[in-house]
Amino acid sequence: MEAVSAPVIRELSKHATTGAPDARRWRYFSAIVALIAVIPLLAVIYVAFFPTENIWPHLWSTVLPRYLKATFFLMLGVGLLATFFGVTSAWLVAFYRFPGRKLFSWALLLPFAVPAYVIAYVYTDLLEYSGPVQALLREWFGWRTPRDYWFPQIRSLGGAIIMFSLVLYPYIYLTCRAALMEQSDSLLMASRSLGAGALRTFYRIVLPIIRPALAVGLALVLMETLNDFGAVSFFAVQTLTAGLYDTWLNLGNVGGAAQIAALMVGISLALLYLERASRHKSKSYQSGGRTRPLTPAQLTGKSAYIASTFCFLLVFFGFLVPASVLGYYSIEYFDVTWNAEFFRLAMNSLQLATIAAGLLVVVGALLAYSQRIAPSALNKSMARLASVGYAMPGAVLAIGVIVPLGALDNGIDGVARDYFNISTGLIFSGTIAAIIYAYSARFLAISLGSAESGLGRITPSMDQAARTLGHGSLSILTKVHLPLLSRSMLTAAIIVFVDVLKELPATLILRPFNFETLATYLYQYASDELLEHSALAAMFIVATGIIPVILLNRASTAKQY
Amino acid sequence: MQKKTASVFKAALFTAFSLTPLATQAAEEVNVYSYRQEFLIQPLIDTFTNQTNIKVNVVFAKEGVAERLKREGANSPADLVLTTDIGQLQELTDAKVLQPVKSDVLNANIPEQYQAQDDAWFGLTARARVIYASKERTDVKSISYEDLAKPEWKGRICTRSGKHPYNIGLIASMIAHHGEAKTEEWLRGVKENLARKPQGNDRAQVKAIKDGICDVSLGNSYYYGLMLTDENQIEWARAVNLIFPNQENRGSHVNISGVGLTKSSPNKANAIKLMEFLSEKLAQKMYSEQNYEYPVKPGVEPSGLVLSWGEFKRDELPLYKVGELREKAVKMVDRVDFDG
Repeated sequence: MEAVSAPVIRELSKHATTGAPDARRWRYFSAIVALIAVIPLLAVIYVAFFPTENIWPHLWSTVLPRYLKATFFLMLGVGLLATFFGVTSAWLVAFYRFPGRKLFSWALLLPFAVPAYVIAYVYTDLLEYSGPVQALLREWFGWRTPRDYWFPQIRSLGGAIIMFSLVLYPYIYLTCRAALMEQSDSLLMASRSLGAGALRTFYRIVLPIIRPALAVGLALVLMETLNDFGAVSFFAVQTLTAGLYDTWLNLGNVGGAAQIAALMVGISLALLYLERASRHKSKSYQSGGRTRPLTPAQLTGKSAYIASTFCFLLVFFGFLVPASVLGYYSIEYFDVTWNAEFFRLAMNSLQLATIAAGLLVVVGALLAYSQRIAPSALNKSMARLASVGYAMPGAVLAIGVIVPLGALDNGIDGVARDYFNISTGLIFSGTIAAIIYAYSARFLAISLGSAESGLGRITPSMDQAARTLGHGSLSILTKVHLPLLSRSMLTAAIIVFVDVLKELPATLILRPFNFETLATYLYQYASDELLEHSALAAMFIVATGIIPVILLNRASTAKQY
Repeated sequence: MQKKTASVFKAALFTAFSLTPLATQAAEEVNVYSYRQEFLIQPLIDTFTNQTNIKVNVVFAKEGVAERLKREGANSPADLVLTTDIGQLQELTDAKVLQPVKSDVLNANIPEQYQAQDDAWFGLTARARVIYASKERTDVKSISYEDLAKPEWKGRICTRSGKHPYNIGLIASMIAHHGEAKTEEWLRGVKENLARKPQGNDRAQVKAIKDGICDVSLGNSYYYGLMLTDENQIEWARAVNLIFPNQENRGSHVNISGVGLTKSSPNKANAIKLMEFLSEKLAQKMYSEQNYEYPVKPGVEPSGLVLSWGEFKRDELPLYKVGELREKAVKMVDRVDFDG
């Protein structure tokens, strides 16, 4: 296959497929999926505007400014630090050769595999007063009480910023590295031959090039930061997510929680807009035909040493330390933790992840296919609408799922009583269905994006050939496209699978009674300072998380067909 | 067209029936939603089942039971809710998901102080909110909750989140005795004296005292027993004395774990049997042996370990008043930014 750029394909497929006889049905399908995906968002907004008790004045006069402030500073801090980590490492790996570069180019992605709440537990365990680090210091210096010396509080806003940055910078590293790798040599050569130093080249050439890619990575980092509940609640950092949880489950006030949720939705949509807008820009930034691929410059002496050390420290603190601590505890407490309970948890987690991944791959593929078969502006906006859940924090989605499902259950029950004189009871509420719904709304964007890019690489002439042979849309999909799509769909399935394994806030709120997953179990044990007893669960999550890291790395460095 | 839609809808409904088991109306069952942990509840339930042949299904939860019962409405399978404190009982009351129970057995076993005014909930066990004080760095013999706001404790107090039900219960009782303005002043004073931001659970505070991070902490009485019988935590417990506050005046604040019957209870008669069983001597004794709590039924002795901590004077304030003031207490914690 020769290279055909995406816009050209889109153009072609428009002409090739508008005439599909069953286009309307495909558009209906998109509209229905979009509607289902957007219901949680609408529900949150509805409850926020019609709360049963007006808690808004209390929230505004007391905690809300605090939640907003903590959220703002957390996002600001993580944004700056993760950008520093991500851009620096991407720039080093893309433009220079230094010892270990090949290894670091993928190892820098490893912290991806560690959820923020897990790294928070691990470093608290290491760095708190009774942890090994401070104990060692006390031994060395002969200190006896906390009043003898100063040591930074890990459980603080600053601690949270460092924790989040360590595991989220890979988003920025990944997007920026891809943008830099696409550059031709000529730019750099020009800059260098004009005598600009490395730093000046960085500011004048590199930064403008990566700005759009950085915006995408940064938006993802900030969404994840806003989404987290485990780490911030453990560190007692009062963000909006923590506040939402508190308002709902401590004050028992869904209305107030929905109002906080609506605020979070606003922030998320702003981030989503930022990401979309910069994606558009990035198209115009890409240099046209590649003149010469990038040849990294060899670093020597001190600068090579600094580059290697910088990359090593990121991998060390972001992955090696947490993995070692969890590994140590897992082995140490293996006899205690490797039991029927653990299997039950693992089975619950795997069950949820498998169902969600399977469902989303199918729906994502069909939705992307609908775009191909029945392209129209409206259909396109339906697909965008369907992916909006990705920007919704899990805790927000939980409210958005609970409210409509409860109404639906009681509605069906009412109808059944009226018509058949029987009670249907609760069909969806408090069951796995509710959790799966929340996951689907949140992660549909992943499988949709994957399917779209996969389909984009299949030339429309294939569709035409199949049509001439008398195949309908579905049959073309199953016989022609799916075999070609299988790889990108598998990737999407794995990413969704792992995201579900890690998901905490929505799972905590929506899980059926007596139903624990690895993540919720870990959260409860670790917040009771019993990390060692749940390390095996954490290890399992981290180990599984490494698989998509490898795939992501492959995908981002693979040759474009 | 309309007809078609209707038939599709009917088909969907019938499918739904075939998939959902109706709320279990089996002859001899009780369904329980429990905030209380499995290790504690399971032995009690096994004993009950052995005695009565009534099967008990329990689902354990950490939070959100009231929210869930509200959403399940008339269709909820739950008969009983077991709670870990008065705040949760109040939450269920506010959600209007409980119904009153008229039972001579419960009224005989459970003192007025530990019952809802309309008999919608009953306390089953009592625990004191005590002060743990470092053996090494304090020589406190007697102390009151009010003392914790005094300057001498500056930088020496640890506690879990002010929003936690156990602290909310204590703050609500302070409001009942002193009024809002004075209590708020007191709460600000305690916040001033904290050695660190509120974090962790009650046991983590005792560990912090052992580590030398603070000198006194607030905690429930039964944790002392749980730590003393846990080989990993016995060292923490040995570093502190358990002190019952306010022995010179009104007595220590007591919170309860309790039970309520749901409005929608499908197995009402059996559910009340289980409630009564939990208020009788055997179950009361088991609670104390398992979790080092104080029985509510007069004349039942607590476990030996609990007895060894000595007699103490209890605050006589009825628990329903603590419940009623819960929301005021929560909002006060917000205003003071106690956790910040």
